[in-house]
Amino acid sequence: MSLRGSVTLKNFFIFNSNYGPREGEEEKKTLFFYPGDTDIDTQIKAIGLCEAIVKFSETFSDKSCESMHMLKTRQLFLEAEKDFWIIMTVSIPFSEKTKDGQSYIEYRDDDVQDSVYQAVLLQTYKMFKLFNGTFTNILARSNNDVESLKKRLDHFFSRYLLTLKLHQSDLLDVFNGIYFLPLDKNTYLQIQCLINRLEATFPIVKYTAFLYNDQLVWSGLEQDDMRTMYKYLTTSLFPTHLDQELQGATTRTSTSSQGSGHFGKFVTGPTNLDDPDSQGKIPRVFIHSEIDNEECFLLVYKALSATICMLINVNSTMNFDFYRKTDSFLGPQMSKLASDITEQYPKRSAASNADTQFKFIYFNHMNLAQKTTLHIDIRKLSGVNIPQETLRLLGDINADLTRNNEDGETIVKTASDFWVVGKKSDQREFYVVINQKNANLIEINEEVKKLCSTHLNSIFFLD
Amino acid sequence: MASQEISSHYIELCPNPIRFEPVGKANSVFFDDANKQVFAVRSGGAMGVVVKGPDDKNVIQSRLEDRGDVMSIKFSPDKKILAVQRSSKSVEFINFLEDMTTDQFEYSQSCKGKSTQIIGFIWTGSTEIIFITDHGLEQYQIFPDKRTLKCLKTVSHQVNWFVCMPENGILLLSSGTLGNTLYPIQVRPGVLNRLPKFEVDLPSVPKPAKLSLLERDVTLASIYNQLYIVVLRHQPRASVGAEIVLYQLQKESPARKTDVLKLDMSGRFAINIIDNLVMVHHQASKTSVIFDIQQGSETDGFLKYHYPVLSPLPIKPFKLLLPTINVQAGTEKMEYLCDLYSANWIVFQPNIVIDAKLGCLWYIKITLQPLVTMIYDKSILISFLLNRRDSKMVILSVCQQMLIPGHQASLHTIAQVYDMLNTVYKSYRDTETQAMNGEVPQSVFNGLKKKVIIDQSDMYTHVFSVYEECKDIKYKFKVAVLIEYIRSLNQFNISVQHYLYELIINILVQNNCFYQLHQFLQYHVLSDSKPLACLMLSLESVYQPAHQLALDMLKRLQTANEEIIEVLLSKQQLLPALRFIRSVGIVDTASSRKFLEAGLNTSDDMLFYTVFKFFEARNLRLRSNPRFQQGEHCEHYVKHFESVFGIEALAAVPVS
Repeated sequence: MSLRGSVTLKNFFIFNSNYGPREGEEEKKTLFFYPGDTDIDTQIKAIGLCEAIVKFSETFSDKSCESMHMLKTRQLFLEAEKDFWIIMTVSIPFSEKTKDGQSYIEYRDDDVQDSVYQAVLLQTYKMFKLFNGTFTNILARSNNDVESLKKRLDHFFSRYLLTLKLHQSDLLDVFNGIYFLPLDKNTYLQIQCLINRLEATFPIVKYTAFLYNDQLVWSGLEQDDMRTMYKYLTTSLFPTHLDQELQGATTRTSTSSQGSGHFGKFVTGPTNLDDPDSQGKIPRVFIHSEIDNEECFLLVYKALSATICMLINVNSTMNFDFYRKTDSFLGPQMSKLASDITEQYPKRSAASNADTQFKFIYFNHMNLAQKTTLHIDIRKLSGVNIPQETLRLLGDINADLTRNNEDGETIVKTASDFWVVGKKSDQREFYVVINQKNANLIEINEEVKKLCSTHLNSIFFLD
Repeated sequence: MASQEISSHYIELCPNPIRFEPVGKANSVFFDDANKQVFAVRSGGAMGVVVKGPDDKNVIQSRLEDRGDVMSIKFSPDKKILAVQRSSKSVEFINFLEDMTTDQFEYSQSCKGKSTQIIGFIWTGSTEIIFITDHGLEQYQIFPDKRTLKCLKTVSHQVNWFVCMPENGILLLSSGTLGNTLYPIQVRPGVLNRLPKFEVDLPSVPKPAKLSLLERDVTLASIYNQLYIVVLRHQPRASVGAEIVLYQLQKESPARKTDVLKLDMSGRFAINIIDNLVMVHHQASKTSVIFDIQQGSETDGFLKYHYPVLSPLPIKPFKLLLPTINVQAGTEKMEYLCDLYSANWIVFQPNIVIDAKLGCLWYIKITLQPLVTMIYDKSILISFLLNRRDSKMVILSVCQQMLIPGHQASLHTIAQVYDMLNTVYKSYRDTETQAMNGEVPQSVFNGLKKKVIIDQSDMYTHVFSVYEECKDIKYKFKVAVLIEYIRSLNQFNISVQHYLYELIINILVQNNCFYQLHQFLQYHVLSDSKPLACLMLSLESVYQPAHQLALDMLKRLQTANEEIIEVLLSKQQLLPALRFIRSVGIVDTASSRKFLEAGLNTSDDMLFYTVFKFFEARNLRLRSNPRFQQGEHCEHYVKHFESVFGIEALAAVPVS
C-alpha cells in the first residue's frame, strides 16, 4: 500500500495585529489557534508570516491576499472584519509514485481549488456570526473584553472545525445555495397564509421560515441570513434531530401525536408539552435582517416533513403556555399541509429524474436557488455520481466564468470521455456533464440546447 | 342619541302606509293578497267600495247594491271582474270596464249540492275561478259577455279550511277531523294538479278529537326558491317555547319536514317572509325575531334546528301624521305614535301588516346597517348579508371595517369571509359561462344575478382603498390580507387582476421587502403579465434582481420579444440581444436600425463592427446583397462604419 494523503486541515487561526503592536507582545494578537496544542512560538511565527504576506501583497494590489500556494499546503486568507484575519491552511493531496524504481511523492496542487476553500473559510466565519454575532459586536457587548471574544471563538471553532469535511468540498460550497421546493401556487399561498396567521396570532414571532425536508419554501429573513441558517438547519440541526428520533425517541412522539390528533412537535424547545420542566434547549442566533446583530431564539417546529422556524427576539418572554398554544395552532395545520405537499411531491421528482444520461448543476446568484443531479443527496452523504476530477473541472470552469464576469460558455471533453459544459447567462450558471461516448461537439451542443429548453424553459437563459 | 336609536332597530314599517277607512260599524275592510288590494266596503257596498293598492295611484271607487254583508271580495287578476261573496252558497260577479266603471249588473254562481258551503274562492286566471267548499273544489270558466259561468272541473274532498299562495299557484287544503291532513294543489289556468298529501304531526291529540291544526297557524312561503309550508306549533305547556316547523313541498313525494325554528316563547305569533328570512312577531313581548334557514344550525341527521339570528327586538316605532282636531293650537297635523303589535294587526304574506282599526297597510322591511353591530361574529354576519338583497355596500363596509385598527378582525376570520365572497362570485361566473354556452337556462342565471356579487374591483375600490386613507395599518397586516384574498381567488380558480398585484408590490417596495417580493414572483403568486414585468423593470434601480425577474417573465409570456430586445439594448447588452433574436428566430424581421443605433451609443467600435457585420450577413442571406435597403434608414450608420473602418471594410457585393 503506497502512501496517500487527501485534503486535511493543517491549521486555522484568527488574529488581530492591533492587539499586540509592540515587540514581545506578539502572542496578544492571537485570538484563536487550531490545533490548540501548538506552542506559542509556532503560533507567533505563523501569524507573523501571514501579517508579512498581507502587507507585502498590498503593495501590488488593492485587493488583499486571498491565498498562498505552497508545495505541501495551501493557505487561505480572509479579513472577516476590519483587521480581523482568519487563516486556514489545508494540506495538498499527495500520493507515492514510482519512477525508474525510485519512489517519490507527487503533490496534486490542482486538486485544491482556491474558490472552493475560500468559500469554506468564509462559511466558517458566517456560521460563527450566526451563533455569536460579529467580532466587533461581541467586543461591544463585553466592554472590549478581548478575553470574552477569545472564549467565544474557542467555544465555537474548537467544535465546528471538527465537523468540516474538507475532502468533500466542491462547487456546491462555492455556490452555497438553497434548494427551493417546487410547489404549486395554491399550496404555496396556503403556506403563506399559515405563516401570516402565525405571526399575527403570536406577535413575538418576528421572522419565520418554512421548509419541506431540506428544501426551502418561504423565508421572512433576508437572503444572507437565510443562506447561513439554511446551511445550519440542513447540515446540522435536521440530521441530528433525525438521528435522535431514530434512536428510540419514537415512543414519546407516538404518544404525543395520539393525544393531540396531529403530528406536530418541537425540534428545538420543549420535548414534552405535558411537562413544563422540559423546556429543552433553544439555540440563539444573530440575525441581520432588520437591524444588525439582533439576537433571537430559533424555535423549530416540525410536522411530518414540514418544518417551520420561528425567530423570537431574546427579550420577548416565552412561557410554557406559549409553546402549548403554538403547538395547538400549528400542529393540525402543518400536518395537513405536509401531507398535501407529499401528495404532489413524488410526481415531480419522478418526472425530473427521467434522463440519467445528463447530470447537471444549476445556480442562480439572484435568489441563490441551486439544483443538482450530480450529488446523490444534498447533504453529500452518499457522494457524487461522476468522477472527482470531473467535479473539479466544474469548479475550474466556474472560476473562469466568474473571473471574466461575462456571459459565456465552455465545452470540455475529459480524458475519461465525459463532456462537460458550463454556461453563464446574466446571473445564472448551468453546468452539464454528459456521459456519451463518440459524441462530437455539435451533437453535444445540440443536446445541451435541448436540455436547456426542457429544464430552463421558464427563465430568460440565453443559449 | 340619534345614532343609537337607528342602530337598535332593524325591522321597519314602510314610511308611507296605504291608508284606508278604518273598520267600523258601517265599514268592513277586506284584503286580497293575490292583487294586494285593500277593499273598504261601506254598508255592504251601497255607500261605496274603495279599493287601494298595491301602490297609492290606483284607487278604484265604486258602488255595489246592498244585498247583505260582504264576506269576501276580490278582483280578477286583470281587474276586469269583481267577485263578491255574500253567502255561503253563491258568489256574485260584476264586470268592470277599462275606465273602472261598472254596469252594476251582477250575475251569480251557486255551488253544487244542497248542503255544500263555500269557504272561499280564488282567481286562477282572468276568467277562471275556483270555489273552495267544504265538499271540495269547483273550477269555473267565466264568460263575462254572456254573464254566465261554466263548470270546468270539480274535485270532491272534505275541507276544513284552506290557505293559498297566489304568486306560486299553490293551494293547501286542510282535511280530517284534526285538520292536520294537508293536500297541496297546484292551480294554474286550466290546471288543477294534486300533489301528494302529507300529515302535520301535532304536539298533542285532544280527546274527543276536534280540529287542532288551525288556518292561522299555517302559512305558505317561498324561501330561497323553495316552497315551504310553515306551521306554527304551539306546545301544550306554556313553559316550553313554541316552534315553527317547515315542510318543504316536493313534486313527486309528500312534503318533507326539514327545519325547525325554535322560538323560546309562547303566545300569539304572526309570521312574515322577508328577503328569504322567516320573521316571527310575538304579540305579548312586542318583539320580533328572524330566522335564516341557510345559517349554520344544529342537526340530528334528519332535521335542522335553527335559533333566531338575533335576540328578540321590537319593530322601529312608527309615527303617523294625523290631521289634528285642535285647530287652535296652530298645527294642522299632529304626530301619532302607532301602537305596534296591536291586537288589531293582521299579517299577510309575504311582508304585509294591516291595522284595520287604524286603517293602515304597511310593508315590513329589514334595514341591514344596524345588523352590522348586532351580529358580532363577522363570518356569520357576512354569510347572512350575502343572502340578502341590496346588501352589497353593507358587506363592503364591513370588509373595510375589518381592516381598520381597533376593529381589526383576525386573519382567520378575514380568510373565511373572503372565501365566502368568492364562493358566490365563482358560482356566479360559472353559471354565467354556462348560460352563455346554453348549458343552463338563462332564467337560472337571471336568478343568480339578483344575488350580491363582490368582485375584485369592488374589493379594490371599497375595501383595500382603506390602506390609503388609514395610515396606521401595519404593512405586514396589509400584505397578509392581500395574500389571503389572492389565495382565496386562486383557490376558486379566479384569475387575479393586475391592480391587486400592483397594490401588494407597492406595499412591499415601500417597506423594502424585496426578498419577499422576489419569493412571491419565484412561486408565481403574482402571475406574469407585461405590466407587471414593466413594473419590475422600474424597480431595478432599488432592487437589482428585479431585472432578471422581469426578463424571465417577458420570456414566459412568449409575446414580448420586442420588449426583451428593448430591455437588452437599453442595457447595452448587444450581443445577448443578437443571441436572443437568433434563439427565437426573428433575425429576419429585427430592426437593424435599432441595433446599430444601440451599437453606436456604446462608443465601442468593435461592438459596433460586430453588429454591423451581423446585419450585413443577414442582408446577404435574405437578399443576396449585404447592403442595407432604403427603408431601413441605416445610411447614418453605414457612413459611421465607413468613416471608422473604411469603405473597403464593407462586405463585397457579390457579382451575379
